[in-house]
Amino acid sequence: MSKVRVLVGTRKGAFVLTADGKRRDWDVAGPFFAGWEVYHMKGSPVNPDRIYASQTSGWFGQIIQCSDDGGKTWYTPGGGLQKSPQGWPMGESNRFVYDAAAAPLTTHQWYDGTQHPWEFKRVWHLEPSLTDAEAVYAGIEDAALFHSKDGAHSWQELSALRGHGTGPNWQPGAGGMCLHTIVLDPKDPDRIYIAISAAGAFRSDDGGKSWKPINKGLRSQFLPDQDSEVGHCVHHIAMSPRRPGVLFMQKHWDVMRSDDAGDSWREVSGNLPTDFGFAIDVHAHEPETIFVAPIKSDSEHYPLDGKLQVWRSRSGGNEWEALTDGLPQANCYVNVLRDAMAVDQLDGCGIYFGTTGGQVYVSPDAGDRWMPIVRDLPAVLSVEVQTLP
Amino acid sequence: MTLRTIRVEIPHHLRTLAQVSGDLRLDLDDPITLRRTLDALEARYPVLRGTIRDQQTLVRRPFLRFFACQEDLSHDSPDNPLPDAVVEGREALLIIGAIAGGAWGPLGAPYLPAAGRCGSVNRQFAN
Repeated sequence: MSKVRVLVGTRKGAFVLTADGKRRDWDVAGPFFAGWEVYHMKGSPVNPDRIYASQTSGWFGQIIQCSDDGGKTWYTPGGGLQKSPQGWPMGESNRFVYDAAAAPLTTHQWYDGTQHPWEFKRVWHLEPSLTDAEAVYAGIEDAALFHSKDGAHSWQELSALRGHGTGPNWQPGAGGMCLHTIVLDPKDPDRIYIAISAAGAFRSDDGGKSWKPINKGLRSQFLPDQDSEVGHCVHHIAMSPRRPGVLFMQKHWDVMRSDDAGDSWREVSGNLPTDFGFAIDVHAHEPETIFVAPIKSDSEHYPLDGKLQVWRSRSGGNEWEALTDGLPQANCYVNVLRDAMAVDQLDGCGIYFGTTGGQVYVSPDAGDRWMPIVRDLPAVLSVEVQTLP
Repeated sequence: MTLRTIRVEIPHHLRTLAQVSGDLRLDLDDPITLRRTLDALEARYPVLRGTIRDQQTLVRRPFLRFFACQEDLSHDSPDNPLPDAVVEGREALLIIGAIAGGAWGPLGAPYLPAAGRCGSVNRQFAN
């Protein structure tokens, strides 16, 4: 029988939740990296036992952790007692150095409108290659995309993203100026989508050598030009691997859809009670079935009326239904963050999400019924799911 | 050239990361400075690179402090000699996480009242 492994990053460590295909009885392992923020963990599609984790701290900075046994044990690539042939200590896995040759920009917009230098803060998202277990992308704050080809031992910036020209107009959102979403096209290895708060979405068609903003159709009231090429606060983008090129976006406000690989977007918020939110995902087997977790507003980051609900559209947007069975429908004031929703590949498609209240919920039937896997973890930052044989 | 053994105390989370317990002991030649001590610490425990000072600029991370002999050395030149008691191994160089209470600022950074100004720190990592 198939198994699932749920990788949960929290404000105070990482947890690995495992169950068989019934997804009723769960084993909870952790906390790993106790006391540290774990922004994201994700396993390699090539070798599911290879998991990358972003361990970070306002005090001690960034650490990259790896596991080669499905999360049972962890190591920092190059962090042991070893030296390079030149005699310098290794331990480069947390060395994210911006490419100084990235032209022409050197600064981005700061909160007060002045220009501000790029400063590395943390890794928000790790996206393992679809074809090479040793290759992985990292989305970082301040926004940039890095790539490792050696199992996260060393990192190089794909600097054409920052250097393509609009960087001085990028600005941090409330959570910082983060590159939080990386989507790889399974049919075109040169196509990469990324999203930045608050700059917008970008696409590369040449493996990261060049980039173009893909924000046509997005409207943001907080911008002087609501239809600006960049500056939009994109919260997350999801794509079905079965149908690359069709993208779904949860923006600061508005749920959006693109049928042309991001060249244009149209709003599909439809009858959602609020179209603010962070998380969005696509059914594993039905590319027109999408899920969001509506949040009241940008001022009040919790569910509307204290009712925790996932909303599902089976028509690719516009027509939505509330999924509430098993979710608290009173006095619930948690948030569901952008990387905290995921789907498994089992028949029926299990869907999972974590909350800032420390709950991780599972629905084994695409959202019809929900149950908590855990109730009292630290605030959940990210949830990823691996479907294992 | 005199080889000396320096004692260094690091925060709980860094001890966990480096998989060590108690004071760390580092063997250094004169002159014994903060910079050379941190160089030796990072050479011995590469996993600590970037956790105490920036990987590239080698500037101290803002929420860490260096104490020795009841003095805050955080703003001293890293090339100054460390106090004799540290050099002679009678006292440890203390690398300390600033206390932060647990409140989070609007930019996602912890509020650190007085941190960076008057050494409002605690031996225990907070939050």
